[in-house]
Amino acid sequence: MAIPTDTEVLKDSSMLLQKQMIAENYDELTNTAETGKKISSTFVPGNLNELVMCFDMLNNLPEINAINNGMRKKSGMMVMQAEKMGHSEDVCTYVKADIGSMSKGNIAPNGKPMPNPDLLLLSYTGCFTFMKWFELLRHEYGCETAMLHVPYEGDGIITQNMRDYVVKQIKEVIIPALEKVSGVKFDIDRLRENLTHSAKAEDDFVWVLESAKNKPSPIDAYFGGVYYIGPIFTAFRGTDKAVSYYKMLRSEIEQRIAEGKGPITPEGDMKEERYRLVVEGPPNWTNFREFWKMFYDDGAVVVASTYTKVGGVYDLGFRHDPTNPIETLADYCLGCYTNRNLSQRVDMLEKYVNEYQADGLLINSIKSCNSFSAGQLLMMQEVEKRTGKPGAFIETDLVDPRYFSAANVKNRLESYFQMIEQRRQSARSAA
Amino acid sequence: MKCFIGIDLGSTTTKAVMMDTNGEILGRGITNSRSNYDTASQVSKQEAVISARLELCHRALSAIPEMKELADDMLDALERNFRLELFLNQLDDLQQTCLHNGADLRHADIGEMLAQALNETFERMKSELSKLFAPGVERKSDFFRDLAGSVYMTQAEAVAEEIGVPFDVLINIYDKSIIETENRPPAEDLVATFLRALDRVMGEHDDLPIEPQAIRELVHTTMDIELEETYVVGTGYGRVRLPFPKEHIRSEILCHGLGAHLMYPKTRTVLDIGGQDTKGIQIDDKGIVVNFQMNDRCAAGCGRYLGYIADEMNIGLHELGPIAMKATKNIRINSTCTVFAGAELRDRLAMGEKRADILAGLHRAIVLRAISIISRSGGVTSEFTFTGGVAKNEAAVKELRKLIKENYGDVTINIDPDSIYTGALGAAEFARRAVAA
Repeated sequence: MAIPTDTEVLKDSSMLLQKQMIAENYDELTNTAETGKKISSTFVPGNLNELVMCFDMLNNLPEINAINNGMRKKSGMMVMQAEKMGHSEDVCTYVKADIGSMSKGNIAPNGKPMPNPDLLLLSYTGCFTFMKWFELLRHEYGCETAMLHVPYEGDGIITQNMRDYVVKQIKEVIIPALEKVSGVKFDIDRLRENLTHSAKAEDDFVWVLESAKNKPSPIDAYFGGVYYIGPIFTAFRGTDKAVSYYKMLRSEIEQRIAEGKGPITPEGDMKEERYRLVVEGPPNWTNFREFWKMFYDDGAVVVASTYTKVGGVYDLGFRHDPTNPIETLADYCLGCYTNRNLSQRVDMLEKYVNEYQADGLLINSIKSCNSFSAGQLLMMQEVEKRTGKPGAFIETDLVDPRYFSAANVKNRLESYFQMIEQRRQSARSAA
Repeated sequence: MKCFIGIDLGSTTTKAVMMDTNGEILGRGITNSRSNYDTASQVSKQEAVISARLELCHRALSAIPEMKELADDMLDALERNFRLELFLNQLDDLQQTCLHNGADLRHADIGEMLAQALNETFERMKSELSKLFAPGVERKSDFFRDLAGSVYMTQAEAVAEEIGVPFDVLINIYDKSIIETENRPPAEDLVATFLRALDRVMGEHDDLPIEPQAIRELVHTTMDIELEETYVVGTGYGRVRLPFPKEHIRSEILCHGLGAHLMYPKTRTVLDIGGQDTKGIQIDDKGIVVNFQMNDRCAAGCGRYLGYIADEMNIGLHELGPIAMKATKNIRINSTCTVFAGAELRDRLAMGEKRADILAGLHRAIVLRAISIISRSGGVTSEFTFTGGVAKNEAAVKELRKLIKENYGDVTINIDPDSIYTGALGAAEFARRAVAA
């Protein structure tokens, strides 16, 4: 997740390291004409980075490109370009930003054109749009496509049958496709080594997420969280770079706890922690900073979020396991947040509200994301009922700036914060 | 005396409520928000002060046994005359502003004729508009802009033809001037104006049971009471524009919840349909908000929708409800998109449907949307209170009663005639509590 360049913004060293990692990665991606490396395009949820790296291939993630363009205020034009080409207003705006970007020469953040992918590796983990998106890309690029069909956790459990089905596909469809495109033979020991790196980084990553149980929380697990998930959700999972990043991040957070500091914000350390929230739903990217400011200005810190689990639900116990390399990839895909059913999501949110001692649950419902948004109101009501903590609902979009109405969002957030405060006062006077 | 003021800066109107230390309402004021919240908040506050002064006069007069029966009439006369004074002052300001703008060099060739036309128009306006302040006359609007605007248009058109100046120039001058006049913060000496109005009233009454001088002194005494702005709380969309520190600002959700609770303590669900948003609010037995839902992204189905329809049909906003009440047939309007509703409206008219029937359908469309927001906030379980400007619209209320009954059975539905002040009332109470705490 790239960070918009702005010299005035205060950053921790880990953020600077991440920025450098991302810049290097884009350089590698745009330099394949010289290096001869092959590119696989894939999505964040269910991405098989450890496996892709076994074939010396690079991983390109279209949603991340869309997020980048959103944060750099470029997505609006791209979305409109895609609409001009015939894509409806209601289609996922990540898709439209990607398609719009393609028609504008697919320029990477480093200013160089992004080469066409050599393989479209579709790991289908609950988001139906992913499949349609890659169908459009296949039409455009005419390149090799491999689809990993991950069964939905409709009953809230992963059965052996489901696992076997995914393992079989990885062995019989995905690995042969990667071998074919890259010309590199699969080496399971290389996969084991990558997975070992993953598990190490995942331990530190979970430690960082759970540090929000402290009061005050040393991190913001949503706005800050999207930076923390950067390396592990993208092209760096399974690399030693990610291991060092999370080690550095962890020591920074340890320092914050020792100093009793709140989270870092673009305007420095957050002063007083007044509200602790759990957030469901992706953030808005086009007005990310403005959106964040509405929280930290009022002393609201997000202590847990589901969005920071879209690339893996590690805090519930999952780790990549080098001793079962293929099975672990299957389990990873099956357990993705997008692949979980409504009651699992409700359980997760309930657990977060309780364990992180939150004041309530806020849902940021995304206009163009049916996959995330369906059922959110029911989820909110159920979490309210189970925890007794108030919920609130706001609506924005991923990367379509037209659907971010700052005045309205701010109005609802302020009302929510004041409502929490009022209820607190009332509980105090009743006591 | 200590006064606590709540100001609700809505997208259409700005309301103020003034309260005393015991939580009794002293006065209420309302004005159009005119995209200038600073002025709107000053005007609404001044209106609340005026109504508080009148209330104090009323209390004082009613306390004299001989005056008890006459107090209502006297107050009504006093208010009318006072309003007339204020109105004429503002009209004079508008006239001067128009003359100033008319003297613009662009109109140099017809400068004198323009001035003549403007003066003539304003003469006619004064005599026309003064009639609106006669006893028993109902004004369609209390806002200066509405009253002056409609009469200016008709008078200026006639005058333009008689004198031979272009009507559109007169309109341009007016459009520019009304904004300037309206945005000039009130600079009246209220007490002096009150006393002038009182003299007029006293002149009309020669059969007073007590000495006129005694009444004058009494009114003087009430005018001398200092109304101290002890604490002001702002709410509504324009609240960030108020020159208040943050702790003086409350969300309108909280204010509407508390305001509705003060009006009807048993209320558990509040529906507020304002200009730009519709809110479904659940409150507890102390008026504390437990949950709320608002319209998303789009203001279809809000008060402004009715404003748009009124403009499309070229009728006044206040006329919509009464016309819709005459409906004899159910017409379905499916679109809650404000602009599309205009298209549906024309389509139905073209198909020969009656205006009243179509309007009833439009009111139903709004209320259906509100019902969906209420259900999202948790539905109606007990007493229900409807607030906001739309609560004054009888056709909307009729549809709401029907739909609440269909969805939630027989629940008590409260609608206060002053429901438009609910948010400001809650804000005033927050102000009172802030000092009491």
